[in-house]
Amino acid sequence: MAIYIVKRFFMMIATILIIATLTFFLMHSVPGSPFDEERTSNPTIQANLEKFYKLDQPTHVQYFDYLKSIATFDFGPSIKKPNETVNTLLARGFPISFELGMVTILVAVISGITLGTLAALRHNGIIDYSAMAFAVIGISVPNFVLATVLIQQFAVNWNLLPPATWSSRMHMILPTLALATGPTAIIARLTRSSMLEVLTQDYIKMARAKGLSPVRIVLRHALRNALMPVVTIMGTMLAGILTGTFVIEKIFAIPGMGKYFVESINNRDYPVIMGSTVFYSAFLVFMLFLVDIVYGFIDPRIKLHRKEGDA
Amino acid sequence: MVTRQQNVQAPDEWFKPKGRDAEKAESVVRPSLSYWKDAWRRLRKNKLAMGGLVFLIILTLFAIFAPMLSPHNIEITQYANQNQPPSGAHWFGTDDKGWDVFTRTWHGARVSLFVGVAAALIDFFIGIIYGGISGYKGGRTDTIMMRIIEILYGLPHLLVVILLMVIMGPSLTTIIVALTITGWVGMARIVRGQVLQIKNYEFVTASKSFGAGTSRIIRKNLLPNTMGPIIVQMTLTVPSAIFAEAFLSFIGLGIQAPVASWGVMANDALPVILSGHWWRLFFPALFISLTMFAFNVLGDGMQDALDPKLRG
Amino acid sequence: MNEDENTLKKNGQGGAAVLTKPEAAGKRKQVFSEVMLSVRDLYVSFRTFGGEVQALRGVSFDLYKGETLAIVGESGCGKSVTANTIMGLIPEPAGRIKNGSVLFKGKDLTKLDKSKMRKVQGVDISMIFQDPMTALNPTLKIGEQLTEGLRTHQKVSIGEARKKAIKLLEVVGIPNPEERMKQYPHQFSGGMRQRIVIAIALICEPELLIADEPTTALDVTIQAQILELFEEIQERTGVSIILITHDLGVVAKIADRIAVMYAGKVIEIGTKREVFYTPQHPYTKGLLASVPRLDLKEEELQPIEGTPPDLFAPPIGCPFTARCPFAMEVCDRIYPGTTDISVTHAVDCWLQDERAKKLFD
Ligand SMILES: Nc1ncnc2c1ncn2[C@@H]1O[C@H](COP(=O)(O)OP(=O)(O)O)[C@@H](O)[C@H]1O
Ligand code: SF4
Ligand SMILES: [Mg+2]
Repeated sequence: MAIYIVKRFFMMIATILIIATLTFFLMHSVPGSPFDEERTSNPTIQANLEKFYKLDQPTHVQYFDYLKSIATFDFGPSIKKPNETVNTLLARGFPISFELGMVTILVAVISGITLGTLAALRHNGIIDYSAMAFAVIGISVPNFVLATVLIQQFAVNWNLLPPATWSSRMHMILPTLALATGPTAIIARLTRSSMLEVLTQDYIKMARAKGLSPVRIVLRHALRNALMPVVTIMGTMLAGILTGTFVIEKIFAIPGMGKYFVESINNRDYPVIMGSTVFYSAFLVFMLFLVDIVYGFIDPRIKLHRKEGDA
Repeated sequence: MVTRQQNVQAPDEWFKPKGRDAEKAESVVRPSLSYWKDAWRRLRKNKLAMGGLVFLIILTLFAIFAPMLSPHNIEITQYANQNQPPSGAHWFGTDDKGWDVFTRTWHGARVSLFVGVAAALIDFFIGIIYGGISGYKGGRTDTIMMRIIEILYGLPHLLVVILLMVIMGPSLTTIIVALTITGWVGMARIVRGQVLQIKNYEFVTASKSFGAGTSRIIRKNLLPNTMGPIIVQMTLTVPSAIFAEAFLSFIGLGIQAPVASWGVMANDALPVILSGHWWRLFFPALFISLTMFAFNVLGDGMQDALDPKLRG
Repeated sequence: MNEDENTLKKNGQGGAAVLTKPEAAGKRKQVFSEVMLSVRDLYVSFRTFGGEVQALRGVSFDLYKGETLAIVGESGCGKSVTANTIMGLIPEPAGRIKNGSVLFKGKDLTKLDKSKMRKVQGVDISMIFQDPMTALNPTLKIGEQLTEGLRTHQKVSIGEARKKAIKLLEVVGIPNPEERMKQYPHQFSGGMRQRIVIAIALICEPELLIADEPTTALDVTIQAQILELFEEIQERTGVSIILITHDLGVVAKIADRIAVMYAGKVIEIGTKREVFYTPQHPYTKGLLASVPRLDLKEEELQPIEGTPPDLFAPPIGCPFTARCPFAMEVCDRIYPGTTDISVTHAVDCWLQDERAKKLFD
């Protein structure tokens, strides 16, 4: 297990390094970036940039210094707002985005697994067909479309829920719904197909031959095995939810990091775009690392990889 | 000796040798259709997938011909026609520039379909080359190439795409380039897996000295079988590229008016959704969703139809 | 692997108390008289995409208390379906018992509802599967997989269940059972896993053990050990065993009686001696003639030319007609009735008819 974790850890560091390097050199090539000869009009901003990017130094010094900043969680200044840095934006926006993301994951995982399991247990029944109809629609309808439909219906037409912001429990319902539907659908589909597969396995037949109750067979014997493929797609899923927050925060005017990020894209605030991208990537890769560790715990075959008995 | 059941009613003349009939025993094997015919037969039974296919054909035809046939101008702002609801003249209404949403929808279809199909095709070519070499060469080459893939796979794709789009500036080409730079990895993995299967088969049959039949078997049976997952992957790449394009448009990295994608149209319509001009958002959103739905059900259907495991 | 060989003898005595039922011990070499399981005219079909597979087409046999009945036949002839039907494991709704009964100590198991059947599964009848690599749940510890059956069916504490499980592991020849309880299946070799599967099957002390090709997936040396284990267990407990196999070597070793299946029917049944030395059915003769010889490689072994009939549309007459060297016209048209050769030996073949005997004389 330790070796497995260490290996994953180095993969994580390598990935972050690649992203940071990529952003650094891409940034060098963009007109309008801090490295452009042209100076910005605002002296405070210019001073910030020169300080952060060591503009008077040769490129390789800049590069290693940049890596050092990243390693110390300093993601750089803004080119548009003199008193902001990526870090101040993160401090304000990230907790909100994080909350949105976590609630979404919770909703998606719980409802997706439940739906997928029920569908598999009632294979070719009504529950199965309606769950899969929901799933294929959920996968096909982009979250921004769903978000606007939800606002139109629940907020505008029926006046049941607030249309925007993130200020109370009620405010959280629509954004979460809009963001969670896609992942729920994906998890439900995957759970169903892997559950169907697992239910044909010999060890399930053996569990039935022991005369165990159906509840125990599903919960204790089938579910854990069926969830392994679900854990492996958690990485992609997290990435989807993370980028989904950009869209959802924009539509619902939620003051999270995603909203600032989209703003920075729209007004071409390059340092913020770069800094946020690196931060987001590092965050995501770290989450993937956590997922891998969780996987190691769920699957005993990975956990004990290094000290097998006589297998 | 006792015969429990009465056999006596069997007529005496039936007791004569019948002769061995081994051919008949073999002939119970059901007729084997060609792989593709078989897959097509099964796909045709899947109503949802066929519905998706028909929808996509119609969509493509409209995307090609509707903009040519449309009488509406979508280049110069038409102040007289701003924000009209759907009517006989403007089936999908008009937008804030007075442009016909119906006409724009089909222009959007061109963009979305083009992005999707181009991304899928380029992924396919890069994937075939990279995965093919990796799988065919094997050994060290394969290990290194796969390690590279493993690392690329760990990169957050959409973020890299955003970064590339920001650097290169939004255009049709940059979207496709950005999507394929990150997208080919999945295809390469699948191709490699399939190549390994073929190699393995060649190895097995060669060692059993099947001789001349081997290449025929590979061509006739194995190649179609291995093409299955690749085609399915391509089919499923299209909707994800369409989604990515719409997403990028939506966060401000889309191709701009007048020939705008569905994502851009939806993004432009967002600020006015509360003002009641629902048609501006509704139609592009509907078509994105329907197109993705169609590709998804078609891809699923093809997966079922092509899966050799399920062959009865 | 070495552990496999030695521990059986070593641990044999230690666990004796767990399995021995005093009144059953030593019965093994006696004449079996008490019928414990009676399968009657069983028809089982599966709905598939290609149509309905008639997997069992009138299977009947009896099983006596304390005996080992071997069911043999080519792959696909319905051996596993027979076992699964007795065990109540036919996958619904695709599979259906169309007719017939499985009388176990007077109860018709096919008529029991699921919750009543669960009280039989693992308690009165246990099953052992072919592939020990897949029969154990990879994500659960051996200990839990061993004890859960016991704890489901009997009111015992975790501690007691564990104690019994550990004793049983000793009996089946797993060294360091206490430690091994905490391990996962992938930490055991194939032979060890099959021993664990056997221990799981025995935990509630069933009266009938159905083993579906229990040695097919194992190495030859391990096969022999597992068969010995079966004999030992039977000697101790008097459990009845239905042993499914297509390996006649296995049959020769431990069966008391043999049922030969072909295309969803039992075409010949008799004591081991009868079936081996005076086989009546041409198919049985063919099977015996094809018993693996050491000088032949496995691939070269061509038991009987041709393939079994399609069970989507099985022939109305004798299903072996197409491959049978003695086939007559009558075989094609009418299924041969059962002829009793002796009290214990019966066969379904037209060659038993007087008219056929004249023909071939
Ligand atoms: N779940 C199932 N669905 C469809 N057909 C089945 C199923 N289980 C068994 N069969 C069919 O029943 C027949 C007998 O199978 P089986 O009892 O497994 O043979 P074997 O004697 O090798 O154990 C085969 O033709 C098989 O295809
Ligand atoms: S009934 Fe006829 S075909 Fe069948 S085994 Fe006997 S002789 Fe052969
Ligand atoms: Mg079988």
